[in-house]
Amino acid sequence: MTLAAAADTDTALVLIELGAVVLGLALLARASNFVGVSPIPAYVVAGLAVGTGGLVDLAFTEEFIALGAEIGVVLLLLTLGFEYSAQDLWAAVRASLPVGFLDLVLNFPPGVVAGLAMGWGFEAAFLLGGITYISSSGVVAKTLRDLGRLGNRETPAVLSVLVLEDLAMAVYLPLVAVMLADRDAATGAVSIGVALLAVGAVLLVAFRFGDRLSRLIATRSDEVLLLTIFGTTLLVAGLAQRMQVSAAVGAFLVGIALSGPLSERAASLIAPLRDLFSATFFLFFSLQVDPADLPAVLGVAIALAAVTAATKVATGWWAAARIGVGRRGRARAGASLVARGEFSIVIAALGVAAGAEVELGAVAAAYVLILAIVGPVLARYADDLAGSRSPATPAPAGTSTYQ
Amino acid sequence: MSEVRETQLPGTGVRHDFETRQGTRVGVLLHRSGRRDLLVYDEIDPDACLVTVDLEPEDAATLVELLGGSQVIEAVGEAVQQRVQGLAIDWIPLASRSTIVGQNLGDAALRTRTGASVVAVIRGDATVPSPTPEFVFEAGDTVVAVGTDEGIALLTDLIQGRA
Repeated sequence: MTLAAAADTDTALVLIELGAVVLGLALLARASNFVGVSPIPAYVVAGLAVGTGGLVDLAFTEEFIALGAEIGVVLLLLTLGFEYSAQDLWAAVRASLPVGFLDLVLNFPPGVVAGLAMGWGFEAAFLLGGITYISSSGVVAKTLRDLGRLGNRETPAVLSVLVLEDLAMAVYLPLVAVMLADRDAATGAVSIGVALLAVGAVLLVAFRFGDRLSRLIATRSDEVLLLTIFGTTLLVAGLAQRMQVSAAVGAFLVGIALSGPLSERAASLIAPLRDLFSATFFLFFSLQVDPADLPAVLGVAIALAAVTAATKVATGWWAAARIGVGRRGRARAGASLVARGEFSIVIAALGVAAGAEVELGAVAAAYVLILAIVGPVLARYADDLAGSRSPATPAPAGTSTYQ
Repeated sequence: MSEVRETQLPGTGVRHDFETRQGTRVGVLLHRSGRRDLLVYDEIDPDACLVTVDLEPEDAATLVELLGGSQVIEAVGEAVQQRVQGLAIDWIPLASRSTIVGQNLGDAALRTRTGASVVAVIRGDATVPSPTPEFVFEAGDTVVAVGTDEGIALLTDLIQGRA
């Protein structure tokens, strides 16, 4: 009897604490929406305020939040996989491979160099390279939508950069997973080979049989579809983790394999779940970061943010110039890509979980905080910074966007 | 018709745009969800959209109606063969070298020879519906016929003087 009563109290406390946490996140998201910025920075700040070295400790729910965070990563990568079909990936490779290459060459090395300069090991520096490389497709897409720029002529250039980064992740994540698993060179090489073969096989299947795969899973019932996809993803992610290629990679591959005709509906079904668990994930990530570590890394984060903002602008500028867009459009394309967000944190979290480098979490948190906020603001004003709209004629009074 | 450009937007949909005769670039962005955005480009900064109007499917249908989409469909319908359940209708101009010029409908025995029926003849601005067997064909008439695909093909050869 006493046992049951104790369990009751515990459950009640867990519910109360979890409710308070989620409600807190809701208030932050609401405030972010009101200001018009992505809620990711707010979640990260919330995580810094509670947890390790923060103001409040979560006594009862940390375990649940840790599990929720795992699911959050899995769902973030599943929807990243959904986003672009194998045909999109292929088309982007054919049309804009040089842009993808420039993107990698400009934005990956700054992180690696900064990591090595701070005396980190190669693994941690390689992770920081990924963190500075990958733009936040979530923040970028939202910015394009909010500013009414989806129809703009530079937008295909921006999107194809995101598509190629998506593809690069398919190679990068298995590499990182194997690297962090800390095995000797021979088994490591074998694991990398296996992981890359799996990626190639899934891409091929998605490209050749995507329609059939979608038809196999298709059902009228939203409930059945949701459960099927959620279950499959967790199962594959778990198996991938078990084989030490990281749950994130498994989930990403499921997303790509299902990115056929079904993905539109599947993505909209998964979206609410993803929003819940990814908020948990951002919170959990920054829970582990001690705010006391931030001042020490702030200088590095700011410098890194400044350099990689410039390199992203250069990437977008060139991508837009290649398709014949004018100066203002090139500036818009460049600035749109500056935002880093969810995937930088996913990469950092992989490193933190594997105990790669103590400062990695703090640097990534500060870096993402800066660029997730600065990116969209820069995108908003980039074209006016690049040159006046017209020296002769003032902007027409009717300039507006009906959304 | 103006030259329409098509651009794929990965993860979003497909965009079509063209330049009006007055020089304004106008486009439609079809999202994968079926939603459409009507885009009007800025004449000063032609890469940017000045106005983006978000159209639900019903809104798009309304806009098409207002722009006279139904007339377009009629015009297209007249230009091509119409098919109703295995039945073909065609408008065939009568060539002067055809053997049936100067013959009347009864003597030409078109239905016996081809299986297709002449339902009307258009001469100048006038239309002769259901012509009688005494009706005499003239070069330049347009024969309106109904029949199977094969029948219409045979009749077309006769009327155009290829048989």
